[in-house]
Amino acid sequence: MNSTESRFNLFHYAAPQAFYPIAGKLAPLFAAIALLLTLAGLWIGFFQAPTDAVQGEVYRVIFIHVPAAWMSMFVFLVMAFWSAVGLTLNTRLSALMAQALAPTGAMFCFVALWTGALWGRPTWGAYWVWDARLTSQLLLLFLYLGYMALVAAIDDPRRRDKAGAILCLVGAVNVPIIYFSVKWWNTLHQGASVSLTKAPSMASIMLSGMLVMALAAWAYTIAVALYRVRVLILERERHTDWVRGELANIGEVH
Amino acid sequence: MKARHKRLGLILGGLVLLIGATALVLSAFKDNLVFFHTPTEVAEGKAPTGRTFRIGGMVEAGSIKREGVLVHFAVTDTARSINVVYQGPLPDLFKEGKGAVVQGKLGDDGVFTASEVLAKHDENYMPPEAQHAIDQAQKTAQTVQQ
Repeated sequence: MNSTESRFNLFHYAAPQAFYPIAGKLAPLFAAIALLLTLAGLWIGFFQAPTDAVQGEVYRVIFIHVPAAWMSMFVFLVMAFWSAVGLTLNTRLSALMAQALAPTGAMFCFVALWTGALWGRPTWGAYWVWDARLTSQLLLLFLYLGYMALVAAIDDPRRRDKAGAILCLVGAVNVPIIYFSVKWWNTLHQGASVSLTKAPSMASIMLSGMLVMALAAWAYTIAVALYRVRVLILERERHTDWVRGELANIGEVH
Repeated sequence: MKARHKRLGLILGGLVLLIGATALVLSAFKDNLVFFHTPTEVAEGKAPTGRTFRIGGMVEAGSIKREGVLVHFAVTDTARSINVVYQGPLPDLFKEGKGAVVQGKLGDDGVFTASEVLAKHDENYMPPEAQHAIDQAQKTAQTVQQ
Protein backbone atom coordinates (compact mmCIF):
# COMPACT_ATOMS: atom_id res chain seq x y z
CA MET A 1 0.00 0.00 0.00
CA ASN A 2 2.74 2.37 1.03
CA SER A 3 4.93 1.51 -1.89
CA THR A 4 2.22 2.22 -4.45
CA GLU A 5 1.60 5.59 -2.85
CA SER A 6 5.26 6.63 -2.89
CA ARG A 7 5.62 5.48 -6.47
CA PHE A 8 2.60 7.54 -7.38
CA ASN A 9 4.29 10.64 -5.94
CA LEU A 10 7.55 9.95 -7.69
CA PHE A 11 5.82 9.72 -11.03
CA HIS A 12 3.66 12.74 -10.45
CA TYR A 13 6.13 15.22 -11.97
CA ALA A 14 6.91 12.88 -14.83
CA ALA A 15 3.50 13.75 -16.25
CA PRO A 16 3.94 16.41 -18.93
CA GLN A 17 0.99 18.35 -17.52
CA ALA A 18 2.61 18.55 -14.06
CA PHE A 19 6.08 19.34 -15.39
CA TYR A 20 4.96 22.10 -17.76
CA PRO A 21 4.41 24.82 -15.11
CA ILE A 22 7.56 23.84 -13.16
CA ALA A 23 9.66 24.12 -16.31
CA GLY A 24 8.09 27.52 -16.91
CA LYS A 25 9.19 28.71 -13.47
CA LEU A 26 12.71 27.24 -13.58
CA ALA A 27 13.67 28.26 -17.12
CA PRO A 28 13.96 32.05 -16.57
CA LEU A 29 15.88 31.40 -13.34
CA PHE A 30 18.50 29.31 -15.13
CA ALA A 31 18.58 31.79 -18.01
CA ALA A 32 19.45 34.58 -15.56
CA ILE A 33 22.15 32.43 -13.91
CA ALA A 34 23.56 31.62 -17.35
CA LEU A 35 23.74 35.29 -18.31
CA LEU A 36 25.51 36.30 -15.08
CA LEU A 37 27.99 33.41 -15.23
CA THR A 38 28.76 34.07 -18.91
CA LEU A 39 29.50 37.72 -18.21
CA ALA A 40 31.68 36.79 -15.22
CA GLY A 41 33.46 34.02 -17.13
CA LEU A 42 34.19 36.17 -20.18
CA TRP A 43 35.40 39.01 -17.94
CA ILE A 44 37.85 36.64 -16.21
CA GLY A 45 38.84 35.08 -19.52
CA PHE A 46 39.49 38.27 -21.46
CA PHE A 47 40.52 40.79 -18.81
CA GLN A 48 41.81 38.91 -15.76
CA ALA A 49 43.58 35.82 -17.09
CA PRO A 50 47.19 36.35 -18.17
CA THR A 51 48.65 35.59 -21.60
CA ASP A 52 49.87 32.04 -22.10
CA ALA A 53 53.65 31.62 -22.12
CA VAL A 54 53.78 29.51 -25.28
CA GLN A 55 50.65 30.28 -27.30
CA GLY A 56 50.14 33.96 -26.56
CA GLU A 57 46.62 35.36 -26.76
CA VAL A 58 45.18 32.64 -28.99
CA TYR A 59 44.90 30.29 -26.01
CA ARG A 60 41.90 32.35 -24.80
CA VAL A 61 39.74 30.22 -27.09
CA ILE A 62 39.73 27.61 -24.28
CA PHE A 63 37.22 29.72 -22.35
CA ILE A 64 34.70 28.82 -25.05
CA HIS A 65 36.18 25.71 -26.66
CA VAL A 66 36.59 23.52 -23.57
CA PRO A 67 33.20 24.26 -21.93
CA ALA A 68 31.51 23.73 -25.31
CA ALA A 69 33.32 20.43 -25.87
CA TRP A 70 32.54 19.18 -22.33
CA MET A 71 28.91 20.17 -22.73
CA SER A 72 28.56 18.51 -26.14
CA MET A 73 29.68 15.20 -24.63
CA PHE A 74 27.72 15.55 -21.40
CA VAL A 75 24.45 16.49 -23.13
CA PHE A 76 24.62 13.32 -25.22
CA LEU A 77 25.05 11.23 -22.06
CA VAL A 78 22.05 12.99 -20.48
CA MET A 79 20.02 12.30 -23.64
CA ALA A 80 21.07 8.63 -23.42
CA PHE A 81 20.01 8.58 -19.76
CA TRP A 82 16.54 9.96 -20.57
CA SER A 83 16.30 7.55 -23.49
CA ALA A 84 17.00 4.60 -21.19
CA VAL A 85 14.46 5.89 -18.67
CA GLY A 86 11.89 6.37 -21.42
CA LEU A 87 12.40 2.91 -22.92
CA THR A 88 12.29 1.22 -19.51
CA LEU A 89 9.44 3.03 -17.79
CA ASN A 90 7.46 4.22 -20.82
CA THR A 91 7.33 7.74 -19.44
CA ARG A 92 6.25 10.28 -22.04
CA LEU A 93 8.34 13.15 -20.68
CA SER A 94 11.72 11.35 -20.96
CA ALA A 95 11.81 11.27 -24.74
CA LEU A 96 10.71 14.89 -24.87
CA MET A 97 13.61 15.81 -22.57
CA ALA A 98 16.07 14.06 -24.89
CA GLN A 99 14.55 15.80 -27.91
CA ALA A 100 14.66 19.16 -26.15
CA LEU A 101 18.38 18.75 -25.38
CA ALA A 102 19.53 17.63 -28.84
CA PRO A 103 19.76 21.01 -30.65
CA THR A 104 21.73 22.55 -27.77
CA GLY A 105 24.14 19.63 -27.73
CA ALA A 106 24.58 19.92 -31.48
CA MET A 107 25.23 23.66 -31.14
CA PHE A 108 27.92 23.12 -28.50
CA CYS A 109 29.46 20.34 -30.59
CA PHE A 110 29.68 22.65 -33.60
CA VAL A 111 31.12 25.47 -31.48
CA ALA A 112 33.80 23.11 -30.11
CA LEU A 113 34.79 21.99 -33.62
CA TRP A 114 34.72 25.51 -35.05
CA THR A 115 36.70 27.23 -32.28
CA GLY A 116 39.10 24.28 -32.31
CA ALA A 117 39.76 24.83 -36.01
CA LEU A 118 40.38 28.55 -35.46
CA TRP A 119 42.84 27.66 -32.67
CA GLY A 120 44.47 24.84 -34.62
CA ARG A 121 45.56 26.98 -37.57
CA PRO A 122 47.87 29.32 -35.59
CA THR A 123 48.92 26.68 -33.04
CA TRP A 124 49.35 23.40 -34.91
CA GLY A 125 49.59 24.87 -38.37
CA ALA A 126 46.39 23.18 -39.62
CA TYR A 127 42.65 23.86 -39.30
CA TRP A 128 41.81 20.20 -39.32
CA VAL A 129 43.62 16.89 -38.96
CA TRP A 130 42.08 13.41 -38.94
CA ASP A 131 43.30 12.38 -35.52
CA ALA A 132 41.18 10.25 -33.18
CA ARG A 133 39.96 13.15 -31.01
CA LEU A 134 38.83 15.39 -33.86
CA THR A 135 37.31 12.57 -35.87
CA SER A 136 35.29 11.15 -32.95
CA GLN A 137 34.05 14.65 -32.08
CA LEU A 138 32.94 15.15 -35.70
CA LEU A 139 31.12 11.80 -35.42
CA LEU A 140 29.33 13.20 -32.36
CA LEU A 141 28.07 16.14 -34.44
CA PHE A 142 26.75 13.71 -37.06
CA LEU A 143 25.07 11.67 -34.30
CA TYR A 144 23.32 14.80 -33.03
CA LEU A 145 22.21 15.80 -36.52
CA GLY A 146 21.19 12.21 -37.31
CA TYR A 147 19.16 12.01 -34.10
CA MET A 148 17.37 15.27 -34.88
CA ALA A 149 16.68 14.18 -38.46
CA LEU A 150 15.40 10.75 -37.36
CA VAL A 151 13.09 12.24 -34.74
CA ALA A 152 11.79 14.80 -37.23
CA ALA A 153 11.16 12.15 -39.89
CA ILE A 154 8.81 9.88 -37.91
CA ASP A 155 5.19 11.04 -37.52
CA ASP A 156 3.94 8.54 -34.96
CA PRO A 157 5.05 9.90 -31.53
CA ARG A 158 5.58 6.50 -29.87
CA ARG A 159 7.70 5.16 -32.74
CA ARG A 160 9.56 8.47 -32.94
CA ASP A 161 10.47 8.33 -29.23
CA LYS A 162 11.59 4.69 -29.46
CA ALA A 163 13.71 5.12 -32.58
CA GLY A 164 15.35 8.25 -31.18
CA ALA A 165 16.05 6.56 -27.85
CA ILE A 166 17.78 3.60 -29.48
CA LEU A 167 19.95 5.86 -31.66
CA CYS A 168 20.85 7.84 -28.54
CA LEU A 169 21.89 4.77 -26.56
CA VAL A 170 23.95 3.38 -29.43
CA GLY A 171 25.59 6.76 -30.09
CA ALA A 172 26.47 7.23 -26.42
CA VAL A 173 29.22 4.63 -26.87
CA ASN A 174 31.09 7.29 -28.84
CA VAL A 175 31.31 9.67 -25.86
CA PRO A 176 33.91 7.73 -23.81
CA ILE A 177 35.83 7.19 -27.06
CA ILE A 178 36.04 10.98 -27.55
CA TYR A 179 37.06 11.55 -23.96
CA PHE A 180 39.75 8.87 -23.78
CA SER A 181 40.95 9.17 -27.41
CA VAL A 182 43.88 11.37 -26.36
CA LYS A 183 44.96 8.67 -23.88
CA TRP A 184 44.38 5.55 -25.95
CA TRP A 185 46.05 6.68 -29.16
CA ASN A 186 48.69 9.13 -30.32
CA THR A 187 46.75 12.23 -31.29
CA LEU A 188 47.72 15.73 -32.32
CA HIS A 189 45.17 17.06 -29.84
CA GLN A 190 46.74 17.49 -26.41
CA GLY A 191 45.69 15.50 -23.37
CA ALA A 192 43.26 16.78 -20.77
CA SER A 193 44.46 19.78 -18.77
CA VAL A 194 41.72 19.25 -16.22
CA SER A 195 40.57 15.84 -15.05
CA LEU A 196 39.35 14.15 -11.90
CA THR A 197 42.46 12.03 -11.52
CA LYS A 198 45.21 14.64 -11.39
CA ALA A 199 45.85 18.25 -10.45
CA PRO A 200 45.03 20.65 -13.29
CA SER A 201 48.05 21.61 -15.40
CA MET A 202 46.86 25.17 -15.77
CA ALA A 203 47.32 28.47 -13.95
CA SER A 204 44.50 28.86 -11.38
CA ILE A 205 43.03 32.09 -12.79
CA MET A 206 42.81 30.49 -16.26
CA LEU A 207 41.22 27.43 -14.69
CA SER A 208 38.64 29.45 -12.77
CA GLY A 209 37.62 31.37 -15.90
CA MET A 210 37.14 28.08 -17.73
CA LEU A 211 35.12 26.52 -14.89
CA VAL A 212 32.84 29.58 -14.61
CA MET A 213 32.21 29.33 -18.36
CA ALA A 214 31.50 25.60 -17.95
CA LEU A 215 28.90 26.37 -15.25
CA ALA A 216 27.43 29.03 -17.54
CA ALA A 217 27.12 26.41 -20.29
CA TRP A 218 25.30 24.12 -17.84
CA ALA A 219 22.85 26.84 -16.81
CA TYR A 220 22.28 27.84 -20.45
CA THR A 221 21.63 24.24 -21.46
CA ILE A 222 19.13 23.69 -18.63
CA ALA A 223 17.31 26.95 -19.41
CA VAL A 224 17.07 26.36 -23.15
CA ALA A 225 16.08 22.70 -22.73
CA LEU A 226 13.29 23.67 -20.32
CA TYR A 227 11.94 26.32 -22.71
CA ARG A 228 12.09 23.83 -25.55
CA VAL A 229 10.50 20.97 -23.61
CA ARG A 230 7.53 23.25 -22.81
CA VAL A 231 6.95 23.74 -26.51
CA LEU A 232 7.31 20.01 -27.16
CA ILE A 233 4.83 19.23 -24.37
CA LEU A 234 2.25 21.64 -25.80
CA GLU A 235 2.73 20.18 -29.26
CA ARG A 236 2.47 16.57 -28.09
CA GLU A 237 -0.55 17.16 -25.85
CA ARG A 238 -2.32 19.67 -28.08
CA HIS A 239 -5.52 17.60 -28.22
CA THR A 240 -5.94 17.55 -24.43
CA ASP A 241 -8.16 19.86 -22.44
CA TRP A 242 -5.38 21.24 -20.25
CA VAL A 243 -3.36 22.42 -23.25
CA ARG A 244 -6.45 24.03 -24.77
CA GLY A 245 -7.00 25.82 -21.46
CA GLU A 246 -3.35 26.83 -21.28
CA LEU A 247 -3.37 28.23 -24.80
CA ALA A 248 -6.65 30.06 -24.20
CA ASN A 249 -5.01 31.69 -21.16
CA ILE A 250 -2.11 33.11 -23.15
CA GLY A 251 -4.38 34.13 -26.01
CA GLU A 252 -3.00 31.80 -28.66
CA VAL A 253 -6.42 30.37 -29.54
CA HIS A 254 -8.75 32.70 -31.38
CA MET B 1 9.73 -10.21 -13.30
CA LYS B 2 7.88 -7.08 -14.30
CA ALA B 3 7.82 -5.86 -17.87
CA ARG B 4 9.92 -2.80 -17.11
CA HIS B 5 12.63 -4.92 -15.42
CA LYS B 6 12.75 -7.02 -18.56
CA ARG B 7 13.10 -3.91 -20.72
CA LEU B 8 15.84 -2.51 -18.48
CA GLY B 9 17.67 -5.84 -18.71
CA LEU B 10 17.39 -5.82 -22.50
CA ILE B 11 18.75 -2.25 -22.68
CA LEU B 12 21.68 -2.95 -20.34
CA GLY B 13 22.46 -6.25 -22.07
CA GLY B 14 22.34 -4.56 -25.45
CA LEU B 15 24.66 -1.80 -24.27
CA VAL B 16 27.16 -4.31 -22.85
CA LEU B 17 27.23 -6.21 -26.16
CA LEU B 18 27.57 -2.97 -28.10
CA ILE B 19 30.47 -1.76 -25.95
CA GLY B 20 32.14 -5.15 -26.31
CA ALA B 21 31.78 -5.04 -30.10
CA THR B 22 33.12 -1.47 -30.22
CA ALA B 23 36.11 -2.40 -28.06
CA LEU B 24 36.93 -5.32 -30.38
CA VAL B 25 36.70 -3.12 -33.47
CA LEU B 26 38.83 -0.37 -31.93
CA SER B 27 41.52 -2.79 -30.79
CA ALA B 28 41.55 -4.41 -34.24
CA PHE B 29 42.10 -1.03 -35.87
CA LYS B 30 44.50 0.16 -33.18
CA ASP B 31 47.43 0.64 -35.55
CA ASN B 32 45.37 2.74 -37.92
CA LEU B 33 43.88 4.96 -35.24
CA VAL B 34 47.16 6.50 -34.11
CA PHE B 35 47.90 9.87 -35.63
CA PHE B 36 51.66 9.40 -35.58
CA HIS B 37 54.37 6.86 -34.73
CA THR B 38 57.26 7.46 -32.35
CA PRO B 39 60.89 7.14 -33.51
CA THR B 40 61.21 4.02 -31.33
CA GLU B 41 58.29 2.40 -33.15
CA VAL B 42 59.95 3.25 -36.46
CA ALA B 43 63.20 1.65 -35.27
CA GLU B 44 61.32 -1.46 -34.18
CA GLY B 45 59.69 -1.70 -37.60
CA LYS B 46 56.17 -1.07 -36.27
CA ALA B 47 55.57 1.94 -38.53
CA PRO B 48 54.36 1.66 -42.15
CA THR B 49 57.67 2.91 -43.55
CA GLY B 50 56.80 1.93 -47.14
CA ARG B 51 54.28 4.73 -47.57
CA THR B 52 53.64 8.26 -46.33
CA PHE B 53 53.16 8.28 -42.56
CA ARG B 54 53.67 10.59 -39.58
CA ILE B 55 56.25 10.58 -36.85
CA GLY B 56 55.85 12.54 -33.65
CA GLY B 57 57.97 13.54 -30.69
CA MET B 58 60.11 16.39 -29.47
CA VAL B 59 62.22 18.54 -31.73
CA GLU B 60 65.67 17.65 -30.44
CA ALA B 61 67.45 20.56 -28.74
CA GLY B 62 70.18 22.07 -30.94
CA SER B 63 69.16 20.05 -33.99
CA ILE B 64 67.52 22.77 -36.13
CA LYS B 65 69.78 23.77 -39.03
CA ARG B 66 68.74 25.93 -41.98
CA GLU B 67 70.32 25.32 -45.38
CA GLY B 68 68.82 27.64 -47.99
CA VAL B 69 65.13 26.81 -48.19
CA LEU B 70 65.60 23.49 -46.43
CA VAL B 71 65.25 22.98 -42.69
CA HIS B 72 66.98 20.07 -41.00
CA PHE B 73 65.99 18.91 -37.55
CA ALA B 74 65.65 15.73 -35.53
CA VAL B 75 62.49 14.33 -33.93
CA THR B 76 63.15 12.38 -30.76
CA ASP B 77 61.21 10.42 -28.14
CA THR B 78 64.32 10.63 -25.88
CA ALA B 79 65.16 6.96 -26.65
CA ARG B 80 65.61 7.24 -30.42
CA SER B 81 65.65 10.09 -32.89
CA ILE B 82 65.07 10.51 -36.61
CA ASN B 83 66.60 13.18 -38.83
CA VAL B 84 64.06 15.17 -40.82
CA VAL B 85 64.48 17.42 -43.82
CA TYR B 86 61.66 19.82 -44.71
CA GLN B 87 60.92 22.62 -47.10
CA GLY B 88 58.02 24.95 -46.38
CA PRO B 89 56.42 27.12 -43.71
CA LEU B 90 56.80 26.09 -40.07
CA PRO B 91 54.06 26.75 -37.47
CA ASP B 92 54.79 29.45 -34.88
CA LEU B 93 54.97 26.96 -32.04
CA PHE B 94 57.63 24.86 -33.78
CA LYS B 95 60.60 25.12 -31.41
CA GLU B 96 63.46 23.02 -30.14
CA GLY B 97 62.39 20.97 -27.13
CA LYS B 98 58.71 21.23 -28.08
CA GLY B 99 56.39 18.64 -29.58
CA ALA B 100 55.99 18.26 -33.33
CA VAL B 101 54.35 15.86 -35.77
CA VAL B 102 55.80 15.54 -39.26
CA GLN B 103 54.25 13.80 -42.25
CA GLY B 104 56.32 12.39 -45.06
CA LYS B 105 58.39 9.43 -46.20
CA LEU B 106 61.38 7.69 -44.71
CA GLY B 107 64.25 7.49 -47.18
CA ASP B 108 66.67 4.57 -47.55
CA ASP B 109 69.35 6.69 -45.89
CA GLY B 110 67.19 6.94 -42.76
CA VAL B 111 66.38 10.60 -43.35
CA PHE B 112 62.69 11.47 -43.17
CA THR B 113 61.57 13.82 -45.96
CA ALA B 114 58.64 15.79 -44.54
CA SER B 115 55.86 17.30 -46.62
CA GLU B 116 54.01 18.78 -43.64
CA VAL B 117 55.10 19.86 -40.16
CA LEU B 118 52.60 20.39 -37.34
CA ALA B 119 53.35 21.69 -33.86
CA LYS B 120 51.93 19.61 -31.03
CA HIS B 121 50.96 21.63 -28.02
CA ASP B 122 51.02 20.08 -24.54
CA GLU B 123 48.26 20.38 -21.95
CA ASN B 124 50.09 22.98 -19.83
CA TYR B 125 48.76 26.50 -19.72
CA MET B 126 50.66 29.10 -17.68
CA PRO B 127 51.47 32.81 -17.72
CA PRO B 128 54.95 33.90 -18.99
CA GLU B 129 56.11 34.72 -15.45
CA ALA B 130 55.40 31.16 -14.28
CA GLN B 131 57.21 29.74 -17.33
CA HIS B 132 60.14 32.03 -16.58
CA ALA B 133 60.22 30.85 -12.95
CA ILE B 134 60.24 27.21 -14.06
CA ASP B 135 63.08 27.86 -16.54
CA GLN B 136 65.10 29.60 -13.81
CA ALA B 137 64.49 26.75 -11.37
CA GLN B 138 65.64 24.19 -13.96
CA LYS B 139 68.77 26.20 -14.68
CA THR B 140 69.54 26.44 -10.96
CA ALA B 141 68.99 22.71 -10.56
CA GLN B 142 71.40 22.02 -13.46
CA THR B 143 74.07 24.29 -11.97
CA VAL B 144 73.71 22.58 -8.61
CA GLN B 145 74.15 19.18 -10.28
CA GLN B 146 77.26 20.34 -12.09
